[in-house]
Amino acid sequence: MTSVRAAARSALCRLLGMAVTLLVTSFLVFSSLYLAPGDPAAFLVRGRSPSPDELAAIRQQYGFNDPFPVRYWHWLDGVLHGDFGRSYLFHQSVASVLWSRLPATLLLVGVSTLMIAVVGVGAGIVGALRRGTRTGSAVLLMVTVGAAVPSFVAAIVLRSVLGVKLGWFPTIGNGTGFVDQLHHVVLPAIALSVTFMALVTRVTRSAMLDELRREHVEVALSRGMPRGAVIRRHVLRNALGPIVTVCGLLVSGMLVSTAIVETAFGMSGVGSLLVQCVDELDFQVVQAIVLLVVAAFVVVNTAVDLVYPLIDPRVRAAGGAR
Amino acid sequence: MPLLSYEDLSVLLPGMARPVLDGVSLSVAAGEAVALVGESGSGKSVTARAALGLLPPGATTAGQVTVDGCALIGADPATVRAVRTGKASMIFQDPRAAINPVRRIGDFLTEALRLVDGRGRAEAEARALDLLAAVGLPDPPRHLRQYPHQLSGGMLQRVMIAGALTADPRLLLCDEPTTALDVTTQAEIMAVLRALQQDRGLGLLLITHDLDLAAAGCDRIYVMYAGRIVETATAAELLATPRHPYTAGLLGSSPPLHGAPERLTPIPGVPMGLLESAPGCAFAARCRFARPGLCDQSPPELAPVGERLVACHLADSILSEVDR
Ligand SMILES: Nc1ncnc2c1ncn2[C@@H]1O[C@H](COP(=O)(O)OP(=O)(O)OP(=O)(O)O)[C@@H](O)[C@H]1O
Ligand code: SF4
Ligand SMILES: [Mg+2]
Repeated sequence: MTSVRAAARSALCRLLGMAVTLLVTSFLVFSSLYLAPGDPAAFLVRGRSPSPDELAAIRQQYGFNDPFPVRYWHWLDGVLHGDFGRSYLFHQSVASVLWSRLPATLLLVGVSTLMIAVVGVGAGIVGALRRGTRTGSAVLLMVTVGAAVPSFVAAIVLRSVLGVKLGWFPTIGNGTGFVDQLHHVVLPAIALSVTFMALVTRVTRSAMLDELRREHVEVALSRGMPRGAVIRRHVLRNALGPIVTVCGLLVSGMLVSTAIVETAFGMSGVGSLLVQCVDELDFQVVQAIVLLVVAAFVVVNTAVDLVYPLIDPRVRAAGGAR
Repeated sequence: MPLLSYEDLSVLLPGMARPVLDGVSLSVAAGEAVALVGESGSGKSVTARAALGLLPPGATTAGQVTVDGCALIGADPATVRAVRTGKASMIFQDPRAAINPVRRIGDFLTEALRLVDGRGRAEAEARALDLLAAVGLPDPPRHLRQYPHQLSGGMLQRVMIAGALTADPRLLLCDEPTTALDVTTQAEIMAVLRALQQDRGLGLLLITHDLDLAAAGCDRIYVMYAGRIVETATAAELLATPRHPYTAGLLGSSPPLHGAPERLTPIPGVPMGLLESAPGCAFAARCRFARPGLCDQSPPELAPVGERLVACHLADSILSEVDR
């Protein structure tokens, strides 16, 4: 079928676009850190006072003297083979440093995403269906407050109230074992998701309100369809487009915010690692994390683009041949 | 008892100077095709929707609408559901807006059968296939799997008609079913509707602003102006000798279904909006027969004039002048 071929072709284009985006990003990331102030060689010998010869030798060894394109090429070649270089700070490969920190961050982001999807979308649905009632106003108030609370403020408040005062949740560290880790991740996940939850609620609510006004919704009701089924099959279903899109756009914001939240809760994850390595000028690690964040963003949004035709079949027609 | 009857139905919206509907009485017998004709904003859609228990939000009502013995004004949800799911169905003007664009045609046709009647998928689809064939679509199995944007407007209106028939209603309410379509398709859709109505013995209420279309497809015609019925008669009578000046004006301003629009002399002026009201005849400002001191004093009541009903103070005296 031609439509299948067209779909495959457009998917291929998207994947190619994704690869190009990542390549450009890698270049930008590498060059911006290359241009950043601070001499990595001086950092390596911190605490001692090296002779100029010694410094020169270190520069030689780490390739700091090579011209920019050569260094970029070396780095890119490594990255493509899964080698992100060595961390000066941890004296390990960047990959193994990241690998050890990744699970905690993935758990944090995963739990937050779940909260955003369930609570954010749920509140948006309630806000739209109960518009004009007290419940509806409560949702609007929550959105306004939630959107105004930065994650570090949420972190401080949650820690001091639910953690320190009430003692319901641990206030520091990652925890050991799945249940304990989950217990540890609750407060950070709330702190991380408050702002994004508010955003998703707002988008869900307005998309639902738009769809509620459609004539086909009234038509479905006029055919005697139960209201619940109409909401599910015609209102929420048609509102999915904007909801999925905004969720895709949130991913990078969430990953960046993990830096704040993990630091606030003394968690050991990729976010707190980023803060630490920026502080200590551990360029190799910073480069790898930034690239990873961008990659996650690009991958998620490509995935959103790819599922979009499933959500709205009209996009399929516009993209390929009819 | 007629299949559909409106008894003195009035609908008032908050903040409006005059009612949207003002004492509308209308009936459709089983197997009868009736048209409701009027300009844009006269209240035709509000009338038709009331027969499905759909009233504008915030509306206050007086009078009653009865479908197949079920009184709808002030009815409990179960009665309204009963009317919607087996007694009456509506065909809307714009099928592109009335059918969910992201779900398949098959879903549109079977959802009510499956979710309301609790039939199985296979049974519901078999019925949908029958109905798609009945409305004259060429390839029912394919259409079931298509999306609305893959069909032309005329085909989609046929789907809409099939959708209205799934519940096996006794009454079809058609709210300008052909207005969104081109002229050839209009005639085809009217033919499909007429054939289905006759084959199945359905009551049909056709809403249109085109008197010729109404006369071609219906037995009786009601003419509505500013929320009131101003004239009603059999189609042949009304077309041959319109008694109400508004009906006469409509005949002058409706382009014929076939051929060149030779009689196109629109009624001067604009219809009265909901924010205006008049102590006398609502049509007075546009009526060339209006008599000061009479027409602007009290609203004319719908009264028998020969075989028909006309709401005009001068219905008897201006007969000859309106005759063409
Ligand atoms: N839900 C509503 N809220 C407010 N006003 C409404 C509502 N529904 C209809 N009206 C008003 O009632 C009047 C009659 O509307 P209606 O839709 O019945 O007209 P119509 O005769 O069907 O016109 P058209 O030929 O344009 O479809 C119009 O002035 C319209 O603006
Ligand atoms: S009552 Fe008077 S104004 Fe109204 S239609 Fe008749 S003649 Fe015209
Ligand atoms: Mg209308």
